[in-house]
Amino acid sequence: MSALLQVEGLTKHFPVRRGILRRIVGHVQAVTDVSFAVAAGETLAIVGESGCGKSTTGRALLRLIEPSAGSIRMEGTELTTLSPARMRQMRRQMQIIFQDPYGSLNPRMTVREVLSEPLLLHGVATPATLQAKVAEVLGLCGLSSFHAERYPHEFSGGQRQRVGIARALATRPKLIVCDEPVSALDVSVQAQIVNLLQDLQRQLGVAYVFISHDLAVVRHIATRVAVMYLGRIVEEAPAAELFAAPLHPYTRSLIAAAPRPDPAAGRAKASVEGDAPSALAPPPGCAFHPRCPVAVERCRSERPELRGIGPTRVACHLAEPATDRALPRPLDADTPLARRLAVLAAARARKQEGTAA
Amino acid sequence: MAAPLLSVEDLRVEFGVDRNVFPAVDGVSFAVDRGATLGIVGESGCGKSVTSLAIMRLVSVPPGRYAGGAIRFDGQDLLRLPESRMRALRGGRMGMIFQEPMTSLNPVYTCGDQIVESLKVHSDLSARAARDRAIELLDLVRLPSPAKRVDDYPHQLSGGQRQRVMIALALANDPDLLIADEPTTALDVTIQAQILELMKDLQDRTGTAILLITHDLGVVAETCDEVVVMYAGTVVEQAPTAALFGDPQHPYTVGLMAAVPRIDVAADRLATIEGSVPPPWQVLAGCRFASRCPLADDRCRNEPPPLRAIAPAHRVACWHAPIDGAAA
Ligand SMILES: Nc1ncnc2c1ncn2[C@@H]1O[C@H](COP(=O)(O)OP(=O)(O)O)[C@@H](O)[C@H]1O
Ligand SMILES: Nc1ncnc2c1ncn2[C@@H]1O[C@H](COP(=O)(O)OP(=O)(O)O)[C@@H](O)[C@H]1O
Ligand code: SF4
Ligand SMILES: [Mg+2]
Ligand SMILES: [Mg+2]
Repeated sequence: MSALLQVEGLTKHFPVRRGILRRIVGHVQAVTDVSFAVAAGETLAIVGESGCGKSTTGRALLRLIEPSAGSIRMEGTELTTLSPARMRQMRRQMQIIFQDPYGSLNPRMTVREVLSEPLLLHGVATPATLQAKVAEVLGLCGLSSFHAERYPHEFSGGQRQRVGIARALATRPKLIVCDEPVSALDVSVQAQIVNLLQDLQRQLGVAYVFISHDLAVVRHIATRVAVMYLGRIVEEAPAAELFAAPLHPYTRSLIAAAPRPDPAAGRAKASVEGDAPSALAPPPGCAFHPRCPVAVERCRSERPELRGIGPTRVACHLAEPATDRALPRPLDADTPLARRLAVLAAARARKQEGTAA
Repeated sequence: MAAPLLSVEDLRVEFGVDRNVFPAVDGVSFAVDRGATLGIVGESGCGKSVTSLAIMRLVSVPPGRYAGGAIRFDGQDLLRLPESRMRALRGGRMGMIFQEPMTSLNPVYTCGDQIVESLKVHSDLSARAARDRAIELLDLVRLPSPAKRVDDYPHQLSGGQRQRVMIALALANDPDLLIADEPTTALDVTIQAQILELMKDLQDRTGTAILLITHDLGVVAETCDEVVVMYAGTVVEQAPTAALFGDPQHPYTVGLMAAVPRIDVAADRLATIEGSVPPPWQVLAGCRFASRCPLADDRCRNEPPPLRAIAPAHRVACWHAPIDGAAA
């Protein structure tokens, strides 16, 4: 299989300068030696605590941040050595959406203007076809033509994210980097946007690099998951595998800490102590060892390399093939919640029939 | 039966002036028992924070206005208390924790000084004894090397550590009630789990009642004895935690629970609630959820449904409750 996107050894270390001479006194090791591949039409999720390097990775893929080292190939084309002009052309294929689209939408531009820019720039529309193209991409994102004349501040958070997605989608890219796209949204709206992203993927075959700190959202949307800790990937696996049999102690702690909306499930045990250390001076050996519940002497001095165990890549000296698997429970149709949802869905269907008739 | 520690009765808080006055909190009632944890859950803009600020009488007036109801804390109505008595309660018998400790901790004082100051206001400890007590409190909230950290400024700490200091400050004077407004929302799940565990441990030891405000149903399920679901300034459902999750009744509660993706349950597609929360200045005659509710009929759109009991301790504000008649 030839991947859509192939990343090898991606590294970004930010120099830290001090004093009037602005001398470099150290480096924030935001991303170190990150490798992964994304196939057409799939979703690779990147998860981890804040500061672990997710956004830096996402931005480096589009060279919105210049990588310090490494290779990024999109459909075989090496991006890190492209001229600025060629790189701009490449962005027709690669787009990005952010947590707060408001921050990246010009408040003085109507939605029509926001969408026209990439459409004309990349020659996807001509002045003659512009109107139709704008309407088309709005429709794909669940917005109506009358939204085109509105300004970003006139939209709710969820609708604004739809505008952000519409802008990213306008040039029909093959890959969209989604950096915490639903983290600022209320759950009812989050569900709408997650469904929209999934629908668009099914319809258009677009691939996502989906950055999130929310493992429940990731389980729902991802084909594969990469877990980052202090700038490095510590585990990567198909989503079903990662959640059924997490092999890295850090992945296990993240999964255990996610709160479950089910009082019968009991309270999550804080399985990890303390905070993640600073990316200025990651601990020697395994960077996770100061917080790891099972660390041994070797972990303090020798850095574990990523190695394959079944379909999983994991960087832990002690990782072994899983002996038991936590399979997700199927959605039970006979809970009161499920029954009531069915009542609501039936009522909604009746209403839609009523208005259609 | 003992009177509850806190009882909020038909509270109404308004904002705005003249013809643009709108209620952010509209007829909210609930009670918190001594030593219990009550959760208030709902999406943003539902009036959770205004409710918690009102209980501490910290709503800024103007633009806000306490427009009706009572807040009884240990029998006395806080809305009628002189400001000096309120000041003694805040940080004394009522502790508080907010989402972003950076805005509630004073950046120009060390963590220790802030705790010492609060101890001196509410007790007659000597400076020396207050500092020792501050270190003890920082140890209690498991801040690493508390004797050193006591002299740190807030910006020298991580987000999780600042929230620990905030909790130490809130607990300094053995409060009867701890009000925590989204105390873990800005934190990573790993740190969130640590902080929630800490709060529960401290409650077991001190018997403090907790009013926990959150938008996260998972946090509610794991920490609360009882839950109030708020929607657009009103209480739409209230029940003991097991009853709320085992037998959700209000279409909003059902929609909310189904919209949350689960880490332990497989689903092809998330259920959604169409539309979004109406702004509080939008005048609505009937149920505020009607515009988004599949069950809404003419009565729903014209008459606000009262909060009625459908089982002991389980109240729902919906004309169609119980939805399928099969209250489990
Ligand atoms: N422009 C920058 N200059 C210096 N350090 C940075 C910069 N951007 C990010 N960092 C640091 O790099 C690390 C990774 O940050 P980021 O990629 O934003 O993490 P995440 O998105 O996972 O929260 C953090 O320690 C952060 O402080
Ligand atoms: N100082 C204020 N002035 C005007 N409106 C306010 C003020 N504070 C809160 N509100 C309004 O009151 C409503 C409830 O807000 P809030 O209690 O903060 O919601 P929540 O905490 O549930 O997200 C919101 O619509 C908000 O805009
Ligand atoms: S390598 Fe060692 S310290 Fe790192 S996760 Fe594995 S057991 Fe823990
Ligand atoms: Mg980020
Ligand atoms: Mg709030």
